[in-house]
Amino acid sequence: MSEPIDLAFSAIILLLSAPVIAMLLNRSQHLLITAGFSLAVAASALAVAAGVWTVSNGTANKMILVAGLPDLPFHLRLDPLSGFFVVVIGLLSLFVSIYSIGYAKGFLGQRRITSLVIFYCIFIAGMFMVVLADDALIFLISWEVMAAASYFLVMFEDERIENRRAALLYMVVAHVGAIAILLSFGVMAGLATGFKDFSGYTFDAMRASQFPVEWAAVAFFLAFFGFAAKAGVIPLHVWLPEAHPVAPSNVSALMSGVMLKTAIYGIVRVTFDLIKIFPWWWGAVVLVFGLVSAVMGVLYALMQHDLKRLLAYHSVENIGIILIGIGLAMIFASVKLPLLAALALIAGIYHTLNHAMFKGLLFMGAGAVLHATHERNMEEMGGLIHSMPWTAALFLVGCISISALPPFNGFVSEWLTFQAFLLSPSLPGSLLKLLMPMGAALLALTGALAAACFVKAFGVTFLGHWRGLRKPRVREANWPMRLGMVMTALVCLFLGIMPTLVIEWMDTIPGQLVGSKMGTSAGAFGWMWLTPITHERASYSGIIVFLGILAVVVISYLLLHVKPGTIQRVPIWDCGFEKISERMQYNAASFSMPIRRIFGFLFSIRQRVRPVGNGHSAFPKRIHYSLRIRDRFWGWLYRPVADVSFWVSRKVGRLQQGRIQAYLIYSFVTIIVLLVFSI
Amino acid sequence: MNLHLAAQIISFLAALVLLTAFGMLVQRRMYGLIHLFAWQGLFLSISTALVGFVAGKHHLYISSLLTLTLKVALLPYILHILVQRLRIHKEIETVVNVPTTMLIGIALVIFSYHLTAPVREISTLVTRSILAVALASVMIGLLMMITRKHAVTQIIGFLAMENGLFFAATSATYGMPLVVELGVALDVLIAAFIFGIFFFHIHTTFDSLDVEQMARLKEGD
Amino acid sequence: MTIAPFIIEVLQFVILLCVAPLFAGWAKMLKCWSQGRTSPGLFQPYRDIVKLFSKDVALAENASWIFRFTPYLVFGSAVLVGGIIPILSTDLPLAATADVIVLVALFAIARFFTALAGMDIGTAFGGMGSSREMMISSLAEPAMLMAIFTISLAAKSTSLSQMVQVIYSGQSLFRPSIAFALLAFILITLAETGRIPVDNPATHLELTMIHEAMILEYSGRHLALMEWAGMMKLFLFVSLGIAAFFPWGIAPAGDLAAIPVAFIFLLLKLCIAGIFLVLIETGLAKMRLFRLTEFLGAAFLLATLGMLSHFILE
Repeated sequence: MSEPIDLAFSAIILLLSAPVIAMLLNRSQHLLITAGFSLAVAASALAVAAGVWTVSNGTANKMILVAGLPDLPFHLRLDPLSGFFVVVIGLLSLFVSIYSIGYAKGFLGQRRITSLVIFYCIFIAGMFMVVLADDALIFLISWEVMAAASYFLVMFEDERIENRRAALLYMVVAHVGAIAILLSFGVMAGLATGFKDFSGYTFDAMRASQFPVEWAAVAFFLAFFGFAAKAGVIPLHVWLPEAHPVAPSNVSALMSGVMLKTAIYGIVRVTFDLIKIFPWWWGAVVLVFGLVSAVMGVLYALMQHDLKRLLAYHSVENIGIILIGIGLAMIFASVKLPLLAALALIAGIYHTLNHAMFKGLLFMGAGAVLHATHERNMEEMGGLIHSMPWTAALFLVGCISISALPPFNGFVSEWLTFQAFLLSPSLPGSLLKLLMPMGAALLALTGALAAACFVKAFGVTFLGHWRGLRKPRVREANWPMRLGMVMTALVCLFLGIMPTLVIEWMDTIPGQLVGSKMGTSAGAFGWMWLTPITHERASYSGIIVFLGILAVVVISYLLLHVKPGTIQRVPIWDCGFEKISERMQYNAASFSMPIRRIFGFLFSIRQRVRPVGNGHSAFPKRIHYSLRIRDRFWGWLYRPVADVSFWVSRKVGRLQQGRIQAYLIYSFVTIIVLLVFSI
Repeated sequence: MNLHLAAQIISFLAALVLLTAFGMLVQRRMYGLIHLFAWQGLFLSISTALVGFVAGKHHLYISSLLTLTLKVALLPYILHILVQRLRIHKEIETVVNVPTTMLIGIALVIFSYHLTAPVREISTLVTRSILAVALASVMIGLLMMITRKHAVTQIIGFLAMENGLFFAATSATYGMPLVVELGVALDVLIAAFIFGIFFFHIHTTFDSLDVEQMARLKEGD
Repeated sequence: MTIAPFIIEVLQFVILLCVAPLFAGWAKMLKCWSQGRTSPGLFQPYRDIVKLFSKDVALAENASWIFRFTPYLVFGSAVLVGGIIPILSTDLPLAATADVIVLVALFAIARFFTALAGMDIGTAFGGMGSSREMMISSLAEPAMLMAIFTISLAAKSTSLSQMVQVIYSGQSLFRPSIAFALLAFILITLAETGRIPVDNPATHLELTMIHEAMILEYSGRHLALMEWAGMMKLFLFVSLGIAAFFPWGIAPAGDLAAIPVAFIFLLLKLCIAGIFLVLIETGLAKMRLFRLTEFLGAAFLLATLGMLSHFILE
């Protein structure tokens, strides 16, 4: 175990041995859960160690596997960028695997979990292989392994038709993306060798070559399209809110938390490492897609009342925020401002790590709620904070983090992104300088809407009274689930109050990709203060803010409890109204109504209120309220594309005559044409 | 006063002109619209006088006085009488809602800034950066004519466009020759009178000055 | 490591805690005068807070720990913000902890928890207040950020002490971008602190209350902390505006003798700010909730015009 890549490779092998173990332990499902997921825990821990080691070292190691096609072996490489993503994937899978030990127990007796364990381990192994891949062939193979394994995981509860449909949609979009990525690699591989031989398929060959500008643009946009389909960027996002909710919650946590990040890895790798030199407008395109995804993602999320669908749309939003950081980095890098590019890139990849952590935590919490109540619809829930205190507190940590509030981690990456925006006056062009602040304003809007959405999500799910008809017996999550969530929450806190340490660790990445490090300025004022450019420019000390609030809270609590003031428990005041019922509470649709009214023009919303019963219409006894919200992209983009594809297929289908003579004529004509051309 | 201070005051006045242009764009009340137009005229005349002082072109003082009488006193008075006599509603509707109009206005300002960048490179005048504001005022005046449903607001939009042009002339070339100025001023005055007469006629025919009603005049129905 | 900055810091905390209710009392007094009513006196907020502290807490049966924790958190974040804004002097050890964006985020976390506390009891009022408050804040955030951006363009920094120093060394008084940012800031302050025309701080009518709806169920010392924090928030926003736009009088770093003078200037500026605030509150009526998009849109417009003026005209 002399090099980090050996550690990472052994983690992969360990995970790929899961099917064998599953076959052996198939009889005893209980033991299989513990064994399978503990295997994942061990493998993830190894991978995290490998990744942390590599990033702090700053060096790259390689490995060549003799598997693969003849003369085209597989290349693997672990450099700081891959190492960082290995840490992201490994850290979340570590926590989610611990959580899964408790979560999968909920399926015992209802269905067999063998396929869950097998495909879970293969899924994680596939993701590791994607980030370790150093040539196009193994990259695409691992990409497929990842997609296929996640397909089976989404289909885990396949007796319901909407699950099957969601999985199919996921597969279609994933493959459209994969084709684009394949074509992009093809263009780059061909240009690397001048279309002479096959050796251009390695990333080294692509790195070493200079692409002509038009072909570089083709390669970049194909790759961006393909990776955006996997990442869930608008308008290729439609599979995300269908597939993530129907998967088992530990799988949703991984899919939202880390699978989307492999697409970000792909974009960063292709742009900064393989293509290297690009004009500023590519960065502007990425930035615009990021802004659109961020704003539309959070607005979609606000309209949801299904807890997991809400979280899935938030993944769209956060991928948008990551792309904002990366787009800014691309713009700064293309105008030769490496320090600012490093800041923006750090902001983007810090948010990657943060999102993996808090989204994983949120999905784990949602899974615990789902397990306890068998309910995904927030409109039926409420008051769970009393029966599930741990889950509620940990879900709250996730809510605070995703709303970008101090002292947790979401705030740090959003602060860094704002600082990157505020540096845009250094840009040379006049148009960019004026439009960047509008982008910053949109990011602020996104953050505020996300906070609103999570007040809604937490408030409707956990606070108040139970809103449904009959309250089931609700029990707190079992200890492995809680342990997984607690560890994730602690990491969220750590990332929020010690950003300087994390950035100094991560600093090798922009050093290699854009040629400048942030670290010399970031920690220059001391390890407690984060000073991105200079201390006079801006500074933030997460730990002092945390300790400050803690100190004032504790001091005021102690001072006030010196007085022997009693606390009496009384019925609810509610301004004196007596006949209060659970149905009078605000639920998800009512909470988001003001925002729906203001921003609703982006969706197709149909709202109907009908009095029911035979009272006078001014004093109805019952009211029937229906609200239907649809994503406009189905009508704008997907329906036309589907119609065109069907039309083309019908035309091409005319070739299938059904008669033998026709097929013989086809073969005959082909042979004659080939003979003509060979002369 | 020195050049630097005068340039700053002119920039400040330009900002105020832009603010009044946006104010007119989003203002719902008729009297408020007329008052904002008067304010814009005032800022314009002060700025013209200042440019005249800085550049030493004395005919700009006369232009400034002309603007003052015409655009700050006479035209708002005429419009006031018009609104009173026609008993026009106090509130005006818009074609698109107010926040969207504001965003389009901001986009126009950015666009005009980008457009006038080459002029800023080669000009040597103190007031070169104001051309962007002036161009934006013209476009915002046009936007006002497009997004409002009332005939009187459309004439105010037209007058705001003329304000912007005047401002552009002052900043780009230190004013037009006096004869041209007088001619333009006379044309504007006559236009206001003619508009007034037309509005009376339209009002008696249609009983309203809502532009939507005038769409009934088209052939195919 | 001199001890003077720490003493200044403690002084600022004391001033924040003591003068904030005085400012609220002053505003109330002016409002009563302008409306021809008899005012309850300049020191009534102090009496209110003391009275509330001495009362028992009547806690709803299903209140969770979030409901009990929120008053302390809101109070704590307000006090922490008071340690960051240069009220008396720019020489604050805590000033390096946070810049303006962090300040906005500290208010945001207080608002987050207040909204949760509103939903905790499970009444329609609480949910209504939370929902409206989050809507207003989501519209005010872009405007606030754009105003911060505009100010930071001039100062080339988002750190508050740096901004004060830059305006002090003051190249010009007539910067249109700063003027626009000031107008935008006034509108945003009205929205964030819940004054007319956004929210009426003295109402308990269901149709009109936003902030009051969220804290409806609080009593005793919890209510005292929330009310005090509300007064501190108003004071902090006003002093933030003073520090960013009218910083003359704030003692520069290392100049201890200027501190009492700074205090006098502060009181003077607060008096004027109170007059200005009451003029706005008495002159305008509370707007319909959905008209607030135009109000906050105007704030955003002004801030954007400020940003554009900086590039175009300066």
